[in-house]
Amino acid sequence: MDFASAQVVGAGLAAIGVGAAAIGVGNVFGSFLESALRNPAAADSQQGRLFIGFAAAELLGLIAFAVAMIILYAR
Amino acid sequence: MAEAGKIDPMHQFTVEPLVPLHIGPYDISFTTSSLWLLIALAVITGFMALGMRRQLVPNRWQVAVEGLTGFIDDMVRVNIGPEGKKFMPYIFSLFVFILAANLLGLFPLSIIPGQHQFTTTSHFSITGVLAVMSFSIVLIVGFWRHGLHFFSLFVPHGTPAVMVPLIAAIEFISFMVRPFSLGLRLFVAMIAGHILMEVFGSFIVSGLNGGAMGWGVGLLSFAFIIGVTALELLVCAIQAYVFALLTTLYLNDAINLH
Repeated sequence: MDFASAQVVGAGLAAIGVGAAAIGVGNVFGSFLESALRNPAAADSQQGRLFIGFAAAELLGLIAFAVAMIILYAR
Repeated sequence: MAEAGKIDPMHQFTVEPLVPLHIGPYDISFTTSSLWLLIALAVITGFMALGMRRQLVPNRWQVAVEGLTGFIDDMVRVNIGPEGKKFMPYIFSLFVFILAANLLGLFPLSIIPGQHQFTTTSHFSITGVLAVMSFSIVLIVGFWRHGLHFFSLFVPHGTPAVMVPLIAAIEFISFMVRPFSLGLRLFVAMIAGHILMEVFGSFIVSGLNGGAMGWGVGLLSFAFIIGVTALELLVCAIQAYVFALLTTLYLNDAINLH
């Protein structure tokens, strides 16, 4: 396999991590909604934590994206 | 850009000099990036000037500005407590600047031929500086208030003595990674969104050039890109909010230790 095709395949493999982060983000919001519907009174006070969890989950997916870009544009 | 049918989604992020300026070995040209930073500044200044009339019966701009300041004030008060009051201007500037820069990046200037907008927050040099600024403030405030006691941040309460070296190492790494994660999150979120829009935008153009099947693809992409644009507007706001929120939380660590 020559360098250019290996590069594209590698970038594609790295993009799997973005899908994994999607599971994480869905989990964060899903769990929040589930518990918010059980106790709506406490939901508002936890919104800050919701976004922290979202930010952490999303960051890991974005790192996968950054890795894909580094591989794709490596010389 | 679309010559020879080649999609070049990274082209929109190139910084082009508008007024070349060189001092010695340094290139300090006035670039598209500087121009869009100034536009963001002008937009924010205009918005604030319209809303800071301090009238007893507020007009609509004043309501907007008061809503925004109230929102940030609330966030700072809930997360830091009364001592966070003096950091409110910094958090507010951070939030408003990032929000304005993100939204300006989505401004559809490309409908004027030869022009295209530039997202300042899609460059790590901008978001990195913002993150380093937040991180330095956290460090300065932490050492100013607590002196060397600030290092107790790395050892949470009730850690068994055996675990202290391990926990301290982990906490230290997670602390040092903060400026990178702050800057990286904003910059990658912006880049990813713009690449997505660029790619699907060029699907529309090449689709409409290519027969009946192409029209189907083009129309689907068009429907998709409307949704993506709405999502991007949401992401712009969320990223600005997350950046401001994380800065307040890090400041809270520095002020109250945990």
